[in-house]
Amino acid sequence: MSEKRTITLKVNGKTYAGLAEDRMLLVDFLREELKLTGTHVGCEHGVCGACTVILGGEAARSCLMFAVQADGMEIRTIEGMADGEEMHPLQTLFSEHHALQCGFCTPGMMMTALDLVHSRESLTREEIRIGMSAAICRCTGYEGIVNAVQDYAKMVYGNAAKGSRSDV
Amino acid sequence: MSEKIPGFIGGYVGQSVPRREDKRLLLGRGRFTADVQIPGMVHVAFARSSVPHARIRGVDMSAAKASPGVVYAASGIDLKGRLPDISGMQVATPQAWRDRFDNDILIPDQKLIPDDKMRYVGEPYALVVADSRYTAEDAAELIEPDFEMLPAVPDCQAALDPKAAIIHEEVGRNFAAWLHTSKGEGKAALGSAKHRIKKRFYHHRYAAMPMETRAVVAEYDERSDSITVWSSTQVVHWVRREVANALDLPEERVRVIAPEVGGGFGVKGHAYPEDIVIPWLARELKRPVKWIEDRHEHILNSAHSRDLLLDLEAGFDDTGRISAVSLEFLADSGAYSPVGAGITGNTVVHLLGPYDVANYECECRLVLTNRTPNAPYRGAGRPEAVFAMERMVDLIANHLGMDPADVRFRNMIPPEAMPYEVGLTYRDGIPIVYDSGDYPKALKRAIDELGGLESLRAKQKAARAEGRYVGIGFGCYTEGTGVGPFEGASVKLDATGKVVVATGACPQGQGHETVFAQIAADLWKVPVEDVYVTVADTAGVTMGFGTMASRSTVTASGAIKGASEKVQTKVIAVAAEMLETGEADLELRDSGVGVKGVPDMHVTYKEIARAAKPGWDNKRPAGIEAGMEASDYYEPPTVTWAYAANAAIVEIDPETGKVKIERYVEVHDAGVLVNPRLADGQVKGGLAQGIGGGLLEELAYDGDCQLLTGSLADYLLPTASDIPDLTVLHQETPSPLNALGVKGLGEGGAIAPPVVLANAVCDALREYKLELNSTPVRWADVAAVFEDPFSTAAE
Repeated sequence: MSEKRTITLKVNGKTYAGLAEDRMLLVDFLREELKLTGTHVGCEHGVCGACTVILGGEAARSCLMFAVQADGMEIRTIEGMADGEEMHPLQTLFSEHHALQCGFCTPGMMMTALDLVHSRESLTREEIRIGMSAAICRCTGYEGIVNAVQDYAKMVYGNAAKGSRSDV
Repeated sequence: MSEKIPGFIGGYVGQSVPRREDKRLLLGRGRFTADVQIPGMVHVAFARSSVPHARIRGVDMSAAKASPGVVYAASGIDLKGRLPDISGMQVATPQAWRDRFDNDILIPDQKLIPDDKMRYVGEPYALVVADSRYTAEDAAELIEPDFEMLPAVPDCQAALDPKAAIIHEEVGRNFAAWLHTSKGEGKAALGSAKHRIKKRFYHHRYAAMPMETRAVVAEYDERSDSITVWSSTQVVHWVRREVANALDLPEERVRVIAPEVGGGFGVKGHAYPEDIVIPWLARELKRPVKWIEDRHEHILNSAHSRDLLLDLEAGFDDTGRISAVSLEFLADSGAYSPVGAGITGNTVVHLLGPYDVANYECECRLVLTNRTPNAPYRGAGRPEAVFAMERMVDLIANHLGMDPADVRFRNMIPPEAMPYEVGLTYRDGIPIVYDSGDYPKALKRAIDELGGLESLRAKQKAARAEGRYVGIGFGCYTEGTGVGPFEGASVKLDATGKVVVATGACPQGQGHETVFAQIAADLWKVPVEDVYVTVADTAGVTMGFGTMASRSTVTASGAIKGASEKVQTKVIAVAAEMLETGEADLELRDSGVGVKGVPDMHVTYKEIARAAKPGWDNKRPAGIEAGMEASDYYEPPTVTWAYAANAAIVEIDPETGKVKIERYVEVHDAGVLVNPRLADGQVKGGLAQGIGGGLLEELAYDGDCQLLTGSLADYLLPTASDIPDLTVLHQETPSPLNALGVKGLGEGGAIAPPVVLANAVCDALREYKLELNSTPVRWADVAAVFEDPFSTAAE
């Protein structure tokens, strides 16, 4: 067993310091140390996408990296999406399109969608299908998810700050 | 839309009420079992067999026990006699079924942690408890088993070889069940058929694969000698029964909660060894204990499904009319059979589907092998039957030069024959009677949705002329839903006038909290927001069954209705006293009780609840006991019969063999839809799983019975780019068997896609005489047709 190190992360705008062994996965650090359990663990081998967070402005698998690798970085998780009780537009669209059933994949799915929409300037339905293939949903059959992301993309690209990464 | 049930007109039933579950899940505030964190909690890792069949000579735990952070470590040998086996009969079939089915059933019990033998790769033989999952896994790797290898029994056919090693010595044979049944003259009737086709079909092994693996947390309270268990399960009351049995506690001292459950689809539908071992450890160690299954463990150790080898023979005349069918099949149960012979019985009785076949005979075995145990998964024995039968219908059409759609219409039970006696017995012991529906109309609607048969065939021909391979596939099925034995509900009129409902149903994403609130709101004439629903908590209702087998809307709503009526009898009596009116003049309305036709004469539920309180100045009439609450256990008369017709258009890429789904339609009948949007979601989600199983997903074993697909990189789940937009049309024929007119719909979607796609691919490659009689449809097999110019069949 290795020594624990103190690491500092800025998560959802708030700075956290915590102890992590070198081998501790980022997702375990978020869930166990910071008690941010909205990010889920589905496979621990980088396929399912349930653990996806926004790390330094890009979608990343928090099960495929160590917490110490994220030392000093900025992270956005599902807990940082809504404004208090006010849902983010993508969250509202997910509900409107019945894009979730059990809700387990949903946080990672929405992080994947944020990265996809905000890293481009336009998206076709087919491109959304391919982009959203980075995360697996076992319940819905994806149609509602694709609809929600498509509506969200329309909303974002219709705005002046078109495809701005600062929204992620 | 169908006629509305009286009393539900203008109510919430039938409306797509938004899900009350969504907000907490979308905000990341859902609480799944893995999210339960309790101070002082310790973590479990299991040591699992890497060999399929071995005798355990010993297990050296010394290095594991000395490993840093370890609190406790034990092998199955150490625990021998301290923990009871799980009975092989978790689900006993009723006597009435055993009386009507020829059967010979010997289901082996399952040791929680075996001390004698390893029977599949992934079976636990020891465990470690440590201060973190990391240290627990470190220690588990230091456990040294001493196994004497035994010959592996890799599949059904090998298992039945007289020279095969016996997996369960106490059973004495490698099959857990033999079943036989027939109708009419049985297979003897094949002799008088003008044409006969006999084929072997194989439906491969795949699994539910929910995004949340299984998980168990337990906390023992010494003061009250009680235990609380959080388990990612579909059956909290079964888990409670097994935990109470193992811990020798009254069931009332065991509370089992399934908090948010991240998908189940059947795989979480029975009690597993870990559900019992973790609570036992919590009491033993007097500390909260947590076990979260990792994905590799899940794929090796949680139940698999499907895996049937079927020999089907059909006899028919020149017009395609089927007169006799004979089915013999072997179902690979793996090393145990946690849900017994019921799943096999499903295959037997669902084979004939929507067709009127006079003579049928079936004989089958549920075979024990060294594969992972097999248990029901969405469809539960039906996709296998439907694959064989619906391929056979296409083969009959080919043989006679008819369109496969026409052979289906030729044999379908007409709507005027409803209710239709099938001549077989369901696993609840009741003779099967299809209760309602219009099967030919469903198929016609599916075909019309794609533009009609003539136009479809014309377009297909035109595509071929352009060098493209387009195929059309069909698949129809019937499905017994809402099976018993019962479901429980408790309903309370709270002192605040709110309606509080609890049921034994255990959702995994279906939206039960919303749907049951809609039903209760209509039963009570209150705004849906005034109904509070508790699900998946044994503290809410004394007896419950759980959510599997497309049953909860049918069975839990029956119990909610029953319990509500019991409470409402009292509510009306008290209101009559308060309003000084006869009970017959009263009606439930506007969150209370009013005099019919007199708008001002009304008392609210809040006023009634207060007036009915025990003690001084109550307004209860003589004979009405205090307490505005009741429980009800709904025992359905038998199953309701859902059904569907599927039609799809595919195009084949001759270069790669890729099967592209251009359109997919399912016309589905689940009776009255309580929440149409959620119903759509259930059917579409099921279709996506069926498409995954039909094209991608596969639990592949090698000849030594080692699983080759132990990660999600090998076991391919469909992604957003694999599933096209799906069309689901509903045909709402109310079931006459319950007051709401509902039928089940959780599983249906998953049943047909494998055969619909196989039929469509064979149709596209008709000129090559391709026969896909096994699943999944692999690109390589399709591409091979083009590579070998002399290929006539891929059998």
